[in-house]
Amino acid sequence: MAQWDPFQGIEALRREIDKAFEDFGWRMEPFARTAFFPDRAPQRYPLINLYDSREALTIEALAPGVEPSSFDVTVMGKTLTIAGEKRPAPSDVKPEAFHRQERGAGRFTRTVELPVEVDERGIRAAYTDGILVVTLPKAERATPRRIAVQVS
Amino acid sequence: MAERTIPTPGASQALAGREGTRARERYLTPPVDIYETPQELVLLADLPGVSRDELEVRVDDDVLTIQGRPRPSAAGELRYREFELAPYFRQFELGEAIDQARIAAELKHGVLTLHLPKVQPAQPRRIEVRGG
Repeated sequence: MAQWDPFQGIEALRREIDKAFEDFGWRMEPFARTAFFPDRAPQRYPLINLYDSREALTIEALAPGVEPSSFDVTVMGKTLTIAGEKRPAPSDVKPEAFHRQERGAGRFTRTVELPVEVDERGIRAAYTDGILVVTLPKAERATPRRIAVQVS
Repeated sequence: MAERTIPTPGASQALAGREGTRARERYLTPPVDIYETPQELVLLADLPGVSRDELEVRVDDDVLTIQGRPRPSAAGELRYREFELAPYFRQFELGEAIDQARIAAELKHGVLTLHLPKVQPAQPRRIEVRGG
């Protein structure tokens, strides 16, 4: 049976796109690499990276400036949802007082399909320096199990 | 190359960044919001992954430099990537209207808030005249 890496195709595509951006990169879409613009596409942000260790999946979400109490992180089956609100500028600032407005703000809801089942009770989430780290221990049956080989 | 804090309409939209003659390092330009109140300019910059000890804010000869180094993640094998962190760098040219000595900075949840107070108009004062 072939080894199935569900992300292989996406990874290759992403490398292609990354390469294209690197050459023209800062001229075309200057903030693309670390963008967090909930007002432009609330379901595409935050950007995430996914890591895999033997026991757990770790998702890092790039989400600076989020009001911590607005975070709503839920897991159902193999679907993880990250929602919240990026704090806008203070409400007493008039729109015409802005000289630059590049950051974006607003509500976001992002769903992520997880590649394996996770143990919902062991999920932890921490928000440090604008990065949300969600640690999801893999479910018992999803953890690789070592099988002893009988030698006769 | 430093940008003006208040962009002039029609001016080139070229971004700040390291010049091409240097070795090709990767720097990220953080997006900023700049707004004005009667007392100050307020600058907000998204710098996710940067903690206080890895952040440097400098004013040198009317040029404001913001630099930050995000901490690397260490969480297993990378399976899927949408963002890649690298050192942040951005410069701005401060007008003379800014009182550089009173600039205040705060870093919270990956967002840098800089308060750039405007120079207060001089208070009228009486000048002592010495007789001779």
